[in-house]
Amino acid sequence: MQRIDVGKVTLEGSVTGEGPPLLFLHGGDYFQQNRAFLDKLSERWRVVTPRHPGFGASDRPEGFRSIHDLAYLYLDLLEQQRLDDAVLVGSSFGGWIALEMCVRSIERVGRLVLIDSLGVKFGTREERDIADIYALPADEVLRRTFSDPQRWVPDYGQLGDAEVTAIARDREATALYGWRPYMHNPGLRQWLHRVRAPALVLWGENDGIVRPDYGERLCRALPDARFATIRRAGHYPQIERPEEVADAIEGFARAEVKR
Amino acid sequence: MKVWHFSEMAYHPAWPELRDSYRVVIPSRLFDPKVGADLYHRYLDEWALCDELGINIMTNEHHATATCADSVCTIPMAILARETKKVRLLALGMPIGNRNDPIRVAEEYSMLDVISRGRIEMGFVKGVPFEISPANTNPADLVERFWEAHDLILKAMTSHDGPFNWEGTHFHYRSVNVWPRPWQQPYPPVWMPVGSPGSAMEAAERGMTIGVLNTGWVRTPAIFEAYRKKAAEVGRPMTPQRLAYMALIGVGNTREEGERRADQILDYSRTSGIVAPQFMNPPGYASAAQSGQALRMSGGGFRAGRIQSRDGRPIDPRRMTVAEAIDAGLCFAGTPDDIFGQLRAFYDHVGGFGHLLMMGQGGLLSHEDTVANLTLFSEEVLPRIGDLGA
Repeated sequence: MQRIDVGKVTLEGSVTGEGPPLLFLHGGDYFQQNRAFLDKLSERWRVVTPRHPGFGASDRPEGFRSIHDLAYLYLDLLEQQRLDDAVLVGSSFGGWIALEMCVRSIERVGRLVLIDSLGVKFGTREERDIADIYALPADEVLRRTFSDPQRWVPDYGQLGDAEVTAIARDREATALYGWRPYMHNPGLRQWLHRVRAPALVLWGENDGIVRPDYGERLCRALPDARFATIRRAGHYPQIERPEEVADAIEGFARAEVKR
Repeated sequence: MKVWHFSEMAYHPAWPELRDSYRVVIPSRLFDPKVGADLYHRYLDEWALCDELGINIMTNEHHATATCADSVCTIPMAILARETKKVRLLALGMPIGNRNDPIRVAEEYSMLDVISRGRIEMGFVKGVPFEISPANTNPADLVERFWEAHDLILKAMTSHDGPFNWEGTHFHYRSVNVWPRPWQQPYPPVWMPVGSPGSAMEAAERGMTIGVLNTGWVRTPAIFEAYRKKAAEVGRPMTPQRLAYMALIGVGNTREEGERRADQILDYSRTSGIVAPQFMNPPGYASAAQSGQALRMSGGGFRAGRIQSRDGRPIDPRRMTVAEAIDAGLCFAGTPDDIFGQLRAFYDHVGGFGHLLMMGQGGLLSHEDTVANLTLFSEEVLPRIGDLGA
């Protein structure tokens, strides 16, 4: 296992490619399915991909039990590895972490890319912005997650012990950090004006976990953001359309002039 | 052996309307309050009768379900604490990892203990996985929360010199000061239902009584053995009173009558596991290794295969017959002699236990049949098992 150490915390993770730094924060599930996307990014950037604390084979220090712990950990990572002017890319749950980082400090964040991000509450108390993946039937969750579930959901029966246990740890840790309030921080929205880095909000047009209109609201709530959809993709467009998402990130990162 | 009568206060009139799930998502328009009131009163009457029959009383609770309309286990106890005078009252129990306020639990149990003049036994339960959704508690740290609540409740019930401070991981109080203090000293007996040797050892370390439910002929011996071994290891006095076994019991003047009653009670087993699969194994409820294996077996079947025949064949609880349930050790049924024989064999097989949790009412078993079942058991079986596990 490749590892990334942040202070005393040891994470499963990889650093691939050459070039300016890019930190990728993954979502709650399908970690391994990001491979093609990360390979594509690695052609242009030095891509740092930690697996979050408690996920996969990563440690979870005893005191780590909220999204805030993850945000501070990755701010430490940017600092310790001197990832200056980094492109910060967060998918789903990882987008929530990225937002929590940016409301604290954008000192080392050159550009922010949010892909079908969670983390913010826009609707009323009786509206559910984020589909309840724990209460919907499994096949419906898959239909809402992927444009083409057959193609992307692994055949779990064929995986080894270590891999299915790692996936179970991903899901357990996602629940630990995101169960209640469900996949968001009620206080986050009021601080989004602090996310002053140029941002690209990307959304799978078929995302049924968080709909594209949530992405548009998120985009409007950020001071300097643009919105784009990815066709024929669900909640994880970087898994279903790795080249298109990587191209969109590259186009955005190049077009932006560092402030 | 002490015997306890247990009923889930099922709201069975809704059952014909239900198919894929008897829990969590079913609309409460299926509950008619007038019919429900009659049912609550008859179940309470049956428990009250136990005071005359010398059978102790056990309640439990579940949420958002028609299989168990007892959603607050201390409410029937509050009524029975006054309606009964002699028998003991076991709430098995309070899902303290799912309740947000452990101090309230300490208050409820303490009040019940005082009103009943020291007849309460306190159950603390982790709760089945499908209780997570109605409570919306985090499954990933349920066990940790359970033990913190347990520690806080016991400290609250045994502290009698004014407020103390509790700033834990899950619970925060700066002035814990529970009134009344309990009748029994230092606190009422503590129970926990367990389903695995690991949980049995956790209970043994703390001297809790374990209630073992639906584990049958195959799984029970290892659980009891783990408890005995751990108790010896930590130097806790081991008596049969630390071990309880739940069985569905139908007794009759003829074998046919007893088996007919058991068959109706068995509708508890046939319905209580029918839950939409997404609620069966919330992430973190089971260990990552267990959940990984369940994923490989393709998902929801985490709890499937729990009921087995004596020779290890899986039994589908939805279609279980009385004969299969007797074979599996989940049910004792027939004449008083039949019951005694089956119970004695099970008792010897598992190495003895001190409490029989008797599901003497379940499903559609009528009030008349329940009264006859409990009465016949008390007259013909109870006198013969008093010395077992004493």
